[in-house]
Amino acid sequence: MTTIYSAKKIITMNPTRPTVSHVAVRDGRIVGAGSLTELAGFGDYTLDERFTDKVLMPGLVEGHCHTVEGKWWRYVYCGFHDRMDPHGKVWSGLASIDQVIERLMEQEVTLVDPAEPLTGWAIDPIYYSDRKITRQQLDRVSTTRPIGIMHASGHIMSVNSKALEMADYLRTGIEHEGVPLGDDGLPTGELKGPDVMRPVGQKAGFSDNMLEFDEPGLIDFARLCVRAGVTTATDLAAELSEATVDMGIRVTDADNFPVRIMSLRFHHGVTPNELIEHVKILREQSTDRFRLGKIKVVADGSIQGFSARMNWPGYFNGAPNGLWYIAPEQMLAIYEMALEFDIQVHTHTNGDEATDLVLETLEAALKKHPTNHHRFTIQHGQLINGAQYRRLAKLNMCVNHFANHHFYWGDEHYNLTVGPERAERMNACRTALDNGVPLAIHSDAPITPLSPLFTAWCAVNRITSSGRVQGEHEKITVDEALYAITLGAAYTLDLDREIGSIEAGKHADFAVLEDDPTAVAADKLKDVSVWGTVQAGRVFSASDI
Amino acid sequence: MSAALPVTIIGGYLGSGKTTLINHLLRHANGVRLAVLINDFGELPIDAELIEGQEGNVISLSGGCICCSYGDDLSYALQQLLEQESLPDHIFIEASGVALPGAIGKSLSLLRAFKLEGIVVLADATSIETSSTAKYIGDTIARQLSDADLIVLNKLDLLSNLQLEAVRGWMEAHYTHSPWVDSVFSTIDPEVLFEMKRDINLHASASASASASASAVQCIKSDTTATSHHHEVASLFKSIRLDINKAIDADTLAAQLADKRCGLVRAKGFVRHADKSLKTIQVVGRRWSVTDAPDGVSTGLVCIATDGNLSEARVRAFCGLDKLGPA
Repeated sequence: MTTIYSAKKIITMNPTRPTVSHVAVRDGRIVGAGSLTELAGFGDYTLDERFTDKVLMPGLVEGHCHTVEGKWWRYVYCGFHDRMDPHGKVWSGLASIDQVIERLMEQEVTLVDPAEPLTGWAIDPIYYSDRKITRQQLDRVSTTRPIGIMHASGHIMSVNSKALEMADYLRTGIEHEGVPLGDDGLPTGELKGPDVMRPVGQKAGFSDNMLEFDEPGLIDFARLCVRAGVTTATDLAAELSEATVDMGIRVTDADNFPVRIMSLRFHHGVTPNELIEHVKILREQSTDRFRLGKIKVVADGSIQGFSARMNWPGYFNGAPNGLWYIAPEQMLAIYEMALEFDIQVHTHTNGDEATDLVLETLEAALKKHPTNHHRFTIQHGQLINGAQYRRLAKLNMCVNHFANHHFYWGDEHYNLTVGPERAERMNACRTALDNGVPLAIHSDAPITPLSPLFTAWCAVNRITSSGRVQGEHEKITVDEALYAITLGAAYTLDLDREIGSIEAGKHADFAVLEDDPTAVAADKLKDVSVWGTVQAGRVFSASDI
Repeated sequence: MSAALPVTIIGGYLGSGKTTLINHLLRHANGVRLAVLINDFGELPIDAELIEGQEGNVISLSGGCICCSYGDDLSYALQQLLEQESLPDHIFIEASGVALPGAIGKSLSLLRAFKLEGIVVLADATSIETSSTAKYIGDTIARQLSDADLIVLNKLDLLSNLQLEAVRGWMEAHYTHSPWVDSVFSTIDPEVLFEMKRDINLHASASASASASASAVQCIKSDTTATSHHHEVASLFKSIRLDINKAIDADTLAAQLADKRCGLVRAKGFVRHADKSLKTIQVVGRRWSVTDAPDGVSTGLVCIATDGNLSEARVRAFCGLDKLGPA
C-alpha cells in the first residue's frame, strides 16, 4: 500500500524538481516525489497529512561521528555550550569552573556507593579565565571517590587527587610532558594523551575501550540521531569484534531502531593483510541498517594536540612536528589491496603533510590497480590547500571536512596552533567545491554535538566561538551546505544511489523540520528545529523517541 | 609491593628486524620467562612448535614465555601481565614501526610496577642513511634512533666492505650519544638484553663469561647460514668481570659504565656504595640505574663489550677504579 505524505515543502536535492509538495512511499522506499495529482498515477494510496505544516528534506547523513556518544551520555555533561541528551533534556552550558564543580556536586550526591567513580565529559577549560582545572578544584567535589572528566577535544583528562592516588600517580618524581606538575611537585590533575590518561581513566570510570559502542549506548545514540534529523550515521573507527558485530546487527535490526549505521574497521592493531581479510568477512555480514565493509585509516594526530603532521613552516607556536599513526608502506599496502578488492578507505588526516602522504600513496596504488570508482575519502583534512584540492580532484577523491572546528576551536587555531593565515583556510569547503571535489561536512560527535544543521551553519558562516568570521572566502552557500549534509555525505559513503535525495527508488528517509532551512536567514540555520525523522518509511518523532 | 618488573623497549622502523630480534630472544630464553608485547600477531613468525596455546590476545610458548598483542592499548596489556598466574622475569615491548620508543618509555615511567631497563632501536644498515632523511618518515626514524640507549646496526651481511665502512662512519658522525652493536639477522648476545638465570648471584663468573661469548657465536651459527662474512660483520660479545671490594659512589660508577667511551654495551651487578649499603647497578647502553640490592648478593659486576680488545684493566682505568688500589 502506498502512503502519500503532504508537506508544506519538500526539498528533494533532485535538480529536476528541487521542491515538491508530496512524496509517495511504499515498502520503505520512495515511489515518487511531485504533486498529489502526479503521484496518484501510481494507483491506490493513503494520504497522510501529519506533515502538512512541516518541511521535509532528505534524511540527514552524518559522515563522520562515533556512536560511542550514546555511551558518553551516561557520564556527567560538563561542556561550555548547551547540549541536548538522548532523552531530549538540554543540559545548560557551564560558564565557569565553579559551575562545573556545582554540577559535579549535584551528581555526586546521587551516587550511593561511596567507592563509585564520578565520570564527566566535554569540559573545555580554554573558555575559562585560568584555562585549567586542577585536582584541588575537583577535590572540592570529593576526596574519597575518584573523579575524571574527559575534555571536549578527547585529548586531555582532568582528575581529582583520589583518582591520581588510585593509579599511583600522586607522587613526586614524575617526569612526563603529559603530566604537568604543581609547585608541590605533584601532578596538577591534568593528563594529556591516551597513554597517560588510560591508567587513571580506568579508575575514574571510563571503560577500557572508549571508542567501542555498547548496546544501551547504541540505542541512545539512535535517539540523538532522530533529534538531529539524521537517518544514516557512521561509526567511523571500530575494532568490530565478532561480539560487537553480532550485537550491532541485532540491535539495529529491531523494528523501532531508527537509523542506518555504517561502521568502519579501524586499521590499528592488525597488519594490512589481516585488515583486508577481516573487512572482506565484515562486508558479507552487512545488513541494511548495520553497514560494514569499509576501512578507516588514521594517518596522523590532531592539530590542537600538536600531533598532526605539518608541512613547513609547521606549528605557529613552534611545537615540533606531530606523529604518524601508520607507516607509509602500510598505507600503501592497505590502499593497494583495498583497490584490488573494491573496499572503500576513509583516511583521517589533519596536517597538510599527512594529506600529501595520502595523495602520493593513492596515486601510486592507483597505478597498480586503476579504477575511477573508489571514492577514497579524506576525513577532516583540515589543512588541505589549493594545490592539494586540485590533486584530490584529479584522483577522484572526496573530502569530509570538520566544519564544526571553526566554531569550537577556530580561535585556538588562529592564536596558537597554525596562526591566522592558515586558520582562515582551514576546512576550506569553498575551495573544495570550486575544484569539483565531492564534499561532506561533519561533527565528529561526541567531540562536537551531532547536528548536521549546526554543522551546515558552521560551514556557511565560519563564525568562531568568540564571534569572529574566520575565512570569509571559504564560506559556502546554504544550498551547498544542505547538499553536503545529504547527498554530499551519501556520496562519500558510496550510498548516493540509495539515499541522500528524495526521488523515486531511494529509501524513504526524511528529516522532518519545523522550519524551512532555505528560507531562514543563513545565520539562523542552526536554529531550525527538528520534529523527527522518517527512516525507511517508518516515522520517528523526537518527542516520543 | 614486589620489585618492579624489568622492561626493554625494542624500537625501529618497519623492516629493521624487530620481530626477528624478538624471535631470537624467545629461542634463547633458556628458562627465563620472557613476556613479549607486540603490536599485532600478524608478522611474528613464531616457530609453531614453540606455541603451547592461545587465549585471546595472549600466546603461551614452551619454556614459560608468553607473547601478547596490545593493539593500541599498551597500558591495558601491561595490566594484564600483572594478572597472570606467574609474573614474567623480563618484559619486551615491541614498538610499532612509527612509534617513538622514548615516548613509550616515558609512559612506562608512570607505572611503578615496571622499570625501564633500556631502549634498543634497530637500524637497517642497508638503508639507514637514506631512510633517516626520507620524505615523510625521516624525522620519525631519526627520533627513534635518538631515543635509543643501544642501537643494533642490523643486516650488515648485506653490505660490501666499502659500504660497511661508510655506514659505520655515518653512525659515528650522527649518533654519538649511544653505543651500537653490529648485527646480522638481528642476532645479538641475549645477555645484553636480559639476565640469564645463572648470573643472578654472579658466582660462576669465569665460566659464565666464557659461555656468554661462546653462546653469542653459537647464536649466529644456529640462526643463519653462517658464512665467514657474518663473523666479520657481527659483533662478538665479550664478558668482563669487575670485582670492586671497596666502597665507591655507585651513581658515579654507573654513569661511567654507561659512557660510550668506556666501550660497554651492558653492565649488571652489585657494588658496595659509599654509605656501605649494597647497590644494584644496571646499564644498558647509555642508560643506567642504581637501586638497593636484594638481600643475599655479593659484590661484583658483569660487563659486556663488543670490542674484543677491551680488558678489565681498561674499564677500571676509565672508571678511575685503579685509584682505589688493588681489589
